[in-house]
Amino acid sequence: MRDFYGSTLNTMFMLGTAQYPSPHVLADAFRRSAASVATVSLRRESGRDRAGQDFWNLIRDLGVHVLPNTAGCHTVKEAVTTAHMAREVFDTKWIKLEVIGEEDTLQPDVFGLVEAARILTEDGFQVFPYTTEDLVVAGKLLDAGCEVLMPWGAPIGSGLGLNNLFGLRTLRAHFPDTALVIDAGLGLPSHAAQAMELGFDAVLLNTAVAKAGDPAAMALAFATAIQAGHLAATAGPMCPRDMATPSTPVIGKAFLK
Amino acid sequence: MLAPYCEGTSADQLVVRLGLEAADWWAAHTQATCQRGSLVLSPTRDRAELAQFAGRTEGYVKVDGPQIAALEPDLADRFASGLYFEAEAHLAPRAALAQLRAGLVRDGTHFVQDEANPDDYARRGITVDCRGFQARDTQRDLRGVKGEMLVLSCPEVTLNRPVRMLHPRVPLYIVPRGDGVFMLGATMIESSSAAHISVRSVLELLSAAYALNPAFGEAEVLEVGVDCRPAYPDNLPRIRRDGNLISSNGLFRHGFLLAPAMARMVADLIYENIIPEVMDETPG
Repeated sequence: MRDFYGSTLNTMFMLGTAQYPSPHVLADAFRRSAASVATVSLRRESGRDRAGQDFWNLIRDLGVHVLPNTAGCHTVKEAVTTAHMAREVFDTKWIKLEVIGEEDTLQPDVFGLVEAARILTEDGFQVFPYTTEDLVVAGKLLDAGCEVLMPWGAPIGSGLGLNNLFGLRTLRAHFPDTALVIDAGLGLPSHAAQAMELGFDAVLLNTAVAKAGDPAAMALAFATAIQAGHLAATAGPMCPRDMATPSTPVIGKAFLK
Repeated sequence: MLAPYCEGTSADQLVVRLGLEAADWWAAHTQATCQRGSLVLSPTRDRAELAQFAGRTEGYVKVDGPQIAALEPDLADRFASGLYFEAEAHLAPRAALAQLRAGLVRDGTHFVQDEANPDDYARRGITVDCRGFQARDTQRDLRGVKGEMLVLSCPEVTLNRPVRMLHPRVPLYIVPRGDGVFMLGATMIESSSAAHISVRSVLELLSAAYALNPAFGEAEVLEVGVDCRPAYPDNLPRIRRDGNLISSNGLFRHGFLLAPAMARMVADLIYENIIPEVMDETPG
């Protein structure tokens, strides 16, 4: 299994912590799915005087890696400030870097993303950038010091699945040695299985589990699909072909006139 | 709002069941309630939210554009479909509390406002601690969930009942308080700070109100409210007892909805020694 800035994860499932009916349900989802990373968004208004500490303690109690994020940041300055606050609150170098560039689709501002990634990397952060499947941007992020890339599957919270299979497959092929995590847009476990079948190293999602009728059951469903997809990718899948090939030979079979 | 069925979309069934007592109780003890149902709507683009809401609640009928217009003429031609929860109600919370208090005073209850330690009172007799988030000193697993709301004056708009507008990012409910006054709520932020409302929250709440009816663009902001909802990790209420001291807490965002049932259970515990279904024997 791929390592993430020197850390090996028990599972390839990263799960968000927002929008659950309660922290109790959230903890249940983590328990049943054995997700190994919890992403948590830090509102600067909660971070300033640690007003969100009670909730953060509940996240810490999950006993998994905590990956704070800069969700909702639209500028480099906001993202950098939030990252610093997160490092202080969660005592981790990890930061999931989001710099949003478009309000409706929440598409990342890849120019600001690269700049923020460079600033934070130079400051000792280990950056997990939320990006698109763009190859050039991916290269720039690696140049900026990132060792992990998190391309979107589809817009955040949309549940649309993998929108650009060609782009994601190409990204995987171009960066075979980089840890790649599909982040955002997954709605169903089959989407996660598909991502893992493409050879991605992990999957990160939130809304599809948190907003499910039974979040813990859905988390387990995703965990199982991720495992299945990974197993399939490593098991050597057959190549699709246009011509039908019978699995049982036709020659020698009895036939009726 | 006294909207137990709507709360069922995300709350435990316990909240729905206990909340069903609320409308009748408040109507019997105050003149501050209004039973005209509640309406749940979504913009056309977000109609998937409405379908999901319908799938997770009960006690509604589906309504189309003309039916919505009949219920709420000021929303005519703005929404094509919605859900009408006929049995739900709303109340004016401050008026309800004032009337409740006046009734208790009439019946001989003495109110004393003081800063005191509940343990001091418990040494003298049965004491019920209902301090909400302020009871953090004894209820260690209580956390604060920040809620922000606005009160607007908009005489150009008339709504007869609470309207909930579903949106993937900014869900809103708006409760008519009469005389062109409306309460807009409410954010939910994992924060124990009740100091200030953020610009983002104001923008989101007002934008959602504007989307409901652009006439709200001309409204006056009468009041901004910020407070901390008291919540246990499962967001469900608990009654705990330590000798003479009984704690009733964790009503989260369901204060007026759950208060009648919680009060009934506390009274049953004190006078009949009936163990409440929300009794929690673990220390806080």
